[in-house]
Amino acid sequence: MKDLSPLTGAVHHDRIHDSAIKHVTGRADYTDDIAEPAGTLHAYLGVATVTHGTIRTMNLDRVRQASGVVDVLTARDVPGVNDLSPTGRNDEPIFPDTVEYHGQPIFAVIAHSRDAARRAAELADVSYDILPHATDALSAQAAGLPQVTDPLKLERGDVAAGQATAPHRIKARMTVGGQDHMYLEGHIAFAIPGEDDDVIVHCSTQHPSEAQHMVAHALGVPLNAVTVNVRRMGGGFGGKESQMNLFAAVAAIAAKRLHRPVKIRPDRDQDMTATGKRHDFVIDYDVAFDDDGRIHAVDGHFAARCGYSSDLSGPVTDRALFHADNAYFYPHVRLTSRPQKTNTVSNTAFRGFGGPQGVIAAERMIEEVAYALGKDPLEVRRTNFYGTEGRDLTPYHQQVTDNIIGRVVDELADSARYQARRAEILQHNAQGGILRRGIALTPVKFGISFTATHYNQAGALVHVYNDGSIHLNHGGTEMGQGLNTKIAQVLADAFQVDFDRIKITKTTTEKVPNTSATAASSGSDLNGMAALDAADQIKARLVSFAAETWGVAADEVRFLPNAVQIGAEVVPFDTLIRRAYMARVHLSAAGFYKTPDIHWDRAAGKGRPFFYYAYGAACSEVTIDTLTGEYRVDRTDILHDVGRSLNPVLDRGQVEGAFLQGMGWLTTEELWWDDQGRLRTHAPSTYKIPLASDRPRIFNVALAEWSENRERTIKRSKAVGEPPFMLGISVFEALSMAVASVADYRVCPRLDAPATPERVLIAVERLKAG
Amino acid sequence: MTDMFRDKIDISLSVNGEPVEARVPAGQHLIDFLRLDQSLTGAHASCEHGVCGACTIRVDGQAVRGCLMLAAQADGADVWTIEGLTDRAEITDLQDAFVARNALQCGFCTPGMLVAAEDLLSRNSQPSREEIREHLSGNYCRCTGYEAIVDAVELVARSRAKGGTA
Repeated sequence: MKDLSPLTGAVHHDRIHDSAIKHVTGRADYTDDIAEPAGTLHAYLGVATVTHGTIRTMNLDRVRQASGVVDVLTARDVPGVNDLSPTGRNDEPIFPDTVEYHGQPIFAVIAHSRDAARRAAELADVSYDILPHATDALSAQAAGLPQVTDPLKLERGDVAAGQATAPHRIKARMTVGGQDHMYLEGHIAFAIPGEDDDVIVHCSTQHPSEAQHMVAHALGVPLNAVTVNVRRMGGGFGGKESQMNLFAAVAAIAAKRLHRPVKIRPDRDQDMTATGKRHDFVIDYDVAFDDDGRIHAVDGHFAARCGYSSDLSGPVTDRALFHADNAYFYPHVRLTSRPQKTNTVSNTAFRGFGGPQGVIAAERMIEEVAYALGKDPLEVRRTNFYGTEGRDLTPYHQQVTDNIIGRVVDELADSARYQARRAEILQHNAQGGILRRGIALTPVKFGISFTATHYNQAGALVHVYNDGSIHLNHGGTEMGQGLNTKIAQVLADAFQVDFDRIKITKTTTEKVPNTSATAASSGSDLNGMAALDAADQIKARLVSFAAETWGVAADEVRFLPNAVQIGAEVVPFDTLIRRAYMARVHLSAAGFYKTPDIHWDRAAGKGRPFFYYAYGAACSEVTIDTLTGEYRVDRTDILHDVGRSLNPVLDRGQVEGAFLQGMGWLTTEELWWDDQGRLRTHAPSTYKIPLASDRPRIFNVALAEWSENRERTIKRSKAVGEPPFMLGISVFEALSMAVASVADYRVCPRLDAPATPERVLIAVERLKAG
Repeated sequence: MTDMFRDKIDISLSVNGEPVEARVPAGQHLIDFLRLDQSLTGAHASCEHGVCGACTIRVDGQAVRGCLMLAAQADGADVWTIEGLTDRAEITDLQDAFVARNALQCGFCTPGMLVAAEDLLSRNSQPSREEIREHLSGNYCRCTGYEAIVDAVELVARSRAKGGTA
């Protein structure tokens, strides 16, 4: 797999993160580290203290008079359009007249210091005409609240007929919790006014083009007046795909109004209460199956708490349906979504984008079948995997043509000794006792591409300077995943130069316009191809220059490591570049890429929304304490498919981190709203992400080195950001098995997520009571 | 807010081995003093209430949360940040191990994690993996899954035990 290359930083090789040295020495600059020009002001948001109500009066005199305050912004002070809806629905005001969730921003304070702004924001005197509220999907539906966007239906076959032929049928409900991103760097925007309409916004964003669009919209200026920059984020995970728009807009409005630089950085409580999270779902499933455990029909309904506005809830709930099959063929299937409006913060993108909520429903149905029939869940999984013709159509009528799940699962089951350990664990549990153990091996198949087809485009800008150094810019953003490193490796490979010759530069709307969010795991797929296109353009010019100048045929010009062979002569890369420059060869190019062969008809529920699938599997073992519900993860083994990895060490890091984040979603991370509609878990003091002590005691992670993307992706690699998130489901299923042991595995424990120790204990007690 | 919190306090301390004299607001956190007034942006402000560890620095030989200590409390203290520890090459082996093992992604937790790791190794030269995990459990990382971090710290502990550079 790993061929020897004389280049440093060649593609398919381990290469350290391009910012690694800066990270360990504290010299990597985040937005808050950019030196502030003299006179910089600081903004802070003032928020509503009711969950639903019309603002009757808002007296901000005390705010204005507070020490250090320079200005106050309200809805009336928005010079352009008072809306931040990323899908153009006009349902997400910067500052509303009617409050629709507790903690919704209703004004902003601008002061000489962040501390002064933050203190002043508490001094508003606001009265409301209170309206009734509903904060969860079911009560909101019962109260008659609308859906935030059109629901989706996916249907194939004849569900009623499938149910009629199946000897067994189970209908039940599962609730799956949401998740806060808990990026270590919270939201931040720093706006610097320029001349005319111009403004530059440094912002921690996964989607600079959208931030640019929103700022321009809010200011009432064309896009060309607004520049958005981001060198790196301290984590994103989807939380900065649309949610930074509010901060970018407020900072820009204040900066233009006051002609001074303005920075805004909410504290962690405000970051958590005023920005969206992963959608929690209520899933009703109806699965019909036979004595062999083979599924005949599935009918599933997915209701999501979307919050007060649509934001990205349409595509998120769509993706839940796209993944409600996970790796399984459903002969007859009907899946429907309900993107439910609620009086809560508007939920948004989060790694997996609804997919994990679909996958966990599939895995719950597998569990139901297994416990009903007394089978090993892995056997039921294998029975239902997508197969060859006749068993290869998804609920959205895309044919699965690159299926490798069988091999991935077989190899992992062998390397993790699943059968032997399961037998040993069954024996352990059979002895009774307080500590019970569980093991589960779960697969993942994840579709890669934005389901909004037009998002599947990317641009890059590459300059070769006349000293032979290379400048790389592309539309993707760096949030720790190593995207810049991978794209630079692609460029190093294309030009056959050492990695260090390439300068990675900040993402800016000035260099590559009209970009898509760095999301949907698409960063290296899209931007890598765009950078390659730019390199190929420059190389073509160099080849024709060399062929002409040296008098050889074009196919006699070859790029060798740090040199170019031209006929019989080998010319150093620098020399060729210098000579090409002197001969007036254009050494800069804008590259472009759009994913081929994808299409999607949402109304019909048919198409090929995904270019390809990524696969993986995880096997986790847990121990639970049946007296307290506490548990620990003893061991996890993972085998994951990234195609031909662009950078194996970075991909491993993505797999390890995604697994733990997925495990956190399903175990300790609990969002809790009280009856008044207040989020009570709004800081790490009450919202617990996994710690170093929570990770599996034994953790074996491997990439499927034999895998190669069958589609023509960048160097035959596969996307890695989201798919391994769902490997965390293995922990959830292992907990379920440990719980099931107290009733001799006759009952599916039907754990709801997150399976906090409290929920595990409740399930144990319920099963014991029979 | 009372006037007491608006009062300024004169402090004299050592930051990364250099003497510093300053007049600070009584309520200013040490992390903000270092980041805003000393331009030492290596330690990061994240949760700002003592849970995540991104602002971990060394004060008088102890790893402390820069967001839980006031600048005024640092009067007379010996304060070290990632910048100073780097300059005097005190944790070069840890830094190299974090880089080599890819024990960082977004990097926001990294400076605090390194200070916390050095704090452990300075008191326990041969910690078990269990002890490393426990000790680092006051420092959040949302990206890596911690495996690479624990590996890196273990690697350095072993190397130092064999007489490698400290």
